[in-house]
Amino acid sequence: MRRSTPQLAGTALVLAVGLVLAGCSSKDAGGDTPSATDGASSAAPAGDLSIQPLVQIDSKGAEVPAADSSNAADPAGDGSAKCDPTTIAMAGALTGANAALGINILNGAKLAVDAHNAANKDCQVTIKQFDTEGDPQKATQVAPQIAGDNSIIGLLGPAFSGETKAVGPVFSQAGLLSLTASATNPDLTKNGWKNFFRGLANDAVQGPSVAAYMVNTLGFKKVCVVQDDSDYGVGLAEQITAGLGDAADSACAAKVKTGDKDFSATVQIVKGESPDAVFYAGYYAEGAPFASQLKEGGVTAAFVSADGTNDPEFVKQAGSAAKDAYLSCPCGPAPEKFAADYQAKFNVASGVYSVEAYDLATIMLKGIDSGVKDRAGMVDWVKNYDGDGLARHYKWDADGELASALIWIYQVK
Amino acid sequence: MSIEKTQPTLHLGVGDKLRLWWDALARPTQWGIGVPFIVLIALLPVIRPPVITTVGTDFGGVLAQFGMYALLAIGLNVVVGQTGLLDLGYVGFYAIGAYTVGLLTSPDSPWNLTDDWLSRDWAWLFAVPIAIAITAVSGLILGTPTLRLRGDYLAIVTLGFGEIVRLLADNLSDITGGGRGLSQIAYPVVGESADKPNGVFSAGNTTAPLNSGTWWFWLSIVLIIIVLLVVGNLERSRVGRAWVAIREDEDAAEIMGVPTFKFKLWAFLIGASIGGLSGALYAGQVQFVVPTTFNVINSMLFLCAVVLGGQGNKLGVIVGAFIIVYLPNFFLGRTELFGIPINGDDIANYKYLFFGLALVVLMIFRPQGLFPARQKLLTYGRGIYVATRRAALAAASVVTPEAAPATAGGEPLKKTADDTEGDA
Amino acid sequence: MSAVMTVGPAVSSVVSAFNVDSLTHNFWALTVDGLTYGSIYALVAVGYTLVYGVLRLINFAHSEIFMLGMFGQYATLMLLGFTPNGNAYTEGTLLTIVYLGIAMLGGMAVSGGAAVGLERVAYRPLRKRGAPSLVFLITAIGASFILQEFVHFVLPKLTNQKLGGVNAQQPIRLVEPTVQFTFLGADVTNVEIVIFVAAILLAVATERFITLTKFGRGIRAVAQDPVTATLMGVSRERVIMLTFLIGGLLAGAAALLYTLRVPSGIIYSGGFILGIKAFSAAVLGGIGNLRGALLGGLLLGVMELYGQALFGTEWRDVVAFVLLILVLMFRPTGILGESLGRARA
Repeated sequence: MRRSTPQLAGTALVLAVGLVLAGCSSKDAGGDTPSATDGASSAAPAGDLSIQPLVQIDSKGAEVPAADSSNAADPAGDGSAKCDPTTIAMAGALTGANAALGINILNGAKLAVDAHNAANKDCQVTIKQFDTEGDPQKATQVAPQIAGDNSIIGLLGPAFSGETKAVGPVFSQAGLLSLTASATNPDLTKNGWKNFFRGLANDAVQGPSVAAYMVNTLGFKKVCVVQDDSDYGVGLAEQITAGLGDAADSACAAKVKTGDKDFSATVQIVKGESPDAVFYAGYYAEGAPFASQLKEGGVTAAFVSADGTNDPEFVKQAGSAAKDAYLSCPCGPAPEKFAADYQAKFNVASGVYSVEAYDLATIMLKGIDSGVKDRAGMVDWVKNYDGDGLARHYKWDADGELASALIWIYQVK
Repeated sequence: MSIEKTQPTLHLGVGDKLRLWWDALARPTQWGIGVPFIVLIALLPVIRPPVITTVGTDFGGVLAQFGMYALLAIGLNVVVGQTGLLDLGYVGFYAIGAYTVGLLTSPDSPWNLTDDWLSRDWAWLFAVPIAIAITAVSGLILGTPTLRLRGDYLAIVTLGFGEIVRLLADNLSDITGGGRGLSQIAYPVVGESADKPNGVFSAGNTTAPLNSGTWWFWLSIVLIIIVLLVVGNLERSRVGRAWVAIREDEDAAEIMGVPTFKFKLWAFLIGASIGGLSGALYAGQVQFVVPTTFNVINSMLFLCAVVLGGQGNKLGVIVGAFIIVYLPNFFLGRTELFGIPINGDDIANYKYLFFGLALVVLMIFRPQGLFPARQKLLTYGRGIYVATRRAALAAASVVTPEAAPATAGGEPLKKTADDTEGDA
Repeated sequence: MSAVMTVGPAVSSVVSAFNVDSLTHNFWALTVDGLTYGSIYALVAVGYTLVYGVLRLINFAHSEIFMLGMFGQYATLMLLGFTPNGNAYTEGTLLTIVYLGIAMLGGMAVSGGAAVGLERVAYRPLRKRGAPSLVFLITAIGASFILQEFVHFVLPKLTNQKLGGVNAQQPIRLVEPTVQFTFLGADVTNVEIVIFVAAILLAVATERFITLTKFGRGIRAVAQDPVTATLMGVSRERVIMLTFLIGGLLAGAAALLYTLRVPSGIIYSGGFILGIKAFSAAVLGGIGNLRGALLGGLLLGVMELYGQALFGTEWRDVVAFVLLILVLMFRPTGILGESLGRARA
């Protein structure tokens, strides 16, 4: 008896699916209903969700009014700087799953460098970019190139905590300034690196601040802390769990891996505990699918995360699951003029760390303007720097941490 | 009835002519040619010749990486090329070697010895033999249950083992640091000076051309020579002959009295030790280990080096390793080649694509690789071997039939020196 | 919690295993989930098992056939006019089914075509030259590389960055998973039902094909004794092509089902681990045995999730590999196996 089985299988499948789905109620999945004609179902907008700043908080979670940024250093300076052609470098995730975070930094720095070069014709500074994909392993291949290039006298980066930990010794041994706009793991400054300076608050501030905000202001009584396996995620989860104290439920404290796309077991475990909130310590590449799988799994808890997830890419990839998510950052919203200039130059909105990158690049440019020619000089310049930037006041202590350290809370609405 | 029909058609490829000439030389002559050649290679990062020097990345660093991969290729060659066991998880041994050094010397590890009694200057040197020993033991652990499997199944099981090692390193994060890795691994501190406070092997030694990459390259050359001597001796001994027998036909070998299981285990052990040594080198040079380095793709890359170079030929696989490491780096950062504008970064990105193509094409047209290993009449020594090869060459290169009978009436031994292509 | 942390690091790593509470608390939910993944593994495993039965070859590149199927169905949807959207499209049930069906056919076409092409280009020349099985395996590895890197680097250039590349494709969600009923405390969604039912139907259909049709008898004949089969008039080349085709079609179907479950998994490296797990499933069930592939797949899917609950979510892949090694060491013929190959010395 001959049957053309592939066709049979296909028909059977379609019939079966039809039976099953026809018998089920088709729920209206909130929001967009594109036209039902064949081929015309084009883009329904990905919601009109965006990340809006809510409030700036201190380490107790209490509100602190935003600072005034009118006194910020201007990279253009007075336009009369003279120097030999100099190079600075930027290293971070420019491609790969978390590329948006690195590109934010690069663009912020480029904004400053281009403004400087345009205003100071006799002092041209080049910025060389190095792509590490945010991967500590790739960073170990890139770092020797940066350290070995003797024309580079300062580095804006590395961007992520994991790669900073991996290649910090290389830059320390080479005496190259490593000024990071984004690496927040608190242990980085405890390695005795004399060349490493952090341009924003670290997770030892962010953790307790956000935890206090979640417990005191938002009133969450039971929180599941989910972490990834990166240096940043593990460090942040530690800080948050300590800050949450009893509110952190250890039965649903789960671990996910970088590159995971499928979180069904974690979702089950979290669902089993019915928490008020889920805190995700990691980057948006995993955070976005995790948030949407939580929603699909029927978990109604609030989704809270930190600077690694705080990017429009998160909203784009998670879709409606991102609604009402709370995202924190040691970085503040961009001042209006900066945001307008950034948008005009790069055709995208600025993101987290762009302002920090701009400020830190400006600091390096000021050093070059004042006559710094080599790596040791650049390190000294930053060590002794004391001035305002767009985001905050910059003055470093002996370990390379900033004196002032406040956290911003944003929400996706 | 014409004589030509009985003559073997010798089809000599690139590697074959070279190999033939090399094998015909006496041992002291081989050393005489080899040593200056090695010195020349060692001087490459110092001289930095214009076209060969890599543009987008440091040449010394590339050669240091080549040194590590050459070691790995030699080790994998022992398992795959000489014994014929397809090992797809070789990167597991690489990982164990690197992690042993990391666990013993990194401040992030709970088993760090450098904060009690071990001085950081000598820590790496101390950790290397331990790394080799532990990797050898792991080779034993892997081999004992699995070496009874054949062919495809062994390949998949070793693949699984490689992945299990990586996943263990990733998951046991209390010990190994998990995805954050172990940083600040010790390296040999030699040759401190005012501008190199941490010695010539430290990453801070960035003064070209004798930067840290060059020094690590020289260290790896020394290690490669030592390993080649050891492996070469094994090849010519009973162990090596047993490996060849196992590779050619395991059942026949077993019947002939070769204890196949024992020698297969030896192959795994030796291969694992060499892999562990290379891992220790890697840990010292990069000073940071993380599980993502030791993924399956790298295992395939090592296999590619062995297959490209010539399975079973310990010098050929070094050439294979050189191709694997050097070619992508040659293109990195290069924007023009002999006047033609190219996008070097793009081409370097395609490296896995090219290697995959090379593998497939090679397997179809020349499965024995560029420099195949040929079976030598080991029992009778090289003199007879060379004589028969020469005779075969002379017979095949003869043009006129009249001349043929003169040589064709020769010794019966000549007939056994038949060259059939593809007997890798 | 803090008590565990004060114990030495080595001990704590081991002691923090065996979280039995989590397993018992979520047992049925994990089982339902496990059967879903298991169904997908089963469909891919059938591909491995068929090719091994007929050719004694582990088609290492089958995982890339699956990956191509994922991209195939995604491309089909894009051609139909869908664009990536954070939310699910709600077209109405019937239309959704039709679109899903078309996407599945698109995925199956790409996978089937790729499988046949692979056989033609990479394996047939080797068969003609009588190459040893080591060579076949190395070629398969090379083919796997080629396909992965093609999607990684070349496809973005060909499709203007829309397909392929280093990041996963933005998900196109056609179905919003909605809970249909509760089974012993576990929510069962429509997506899970579809996957499970579809997999069973396809597996049954394939088995019918193998046992009842002329072509199927040809496959079994060549698997049993290639030379005699040729003498009996079975075209070996045709049979081999058919085997690869069936494997490819099933992988393509599995690809669509997988993206229903894990919409953000469409990436050039997305097939690799799944392929190894599917192969483990095939070995677990008994390589060369179709029902074994189905059973092995379901079993592996379920055991993976139990393992995750028991040992921690990060141990998922280890379960599959360890299972593979254990099976090959202690029962290489698998659970249902007839040993069609010489697994042991």
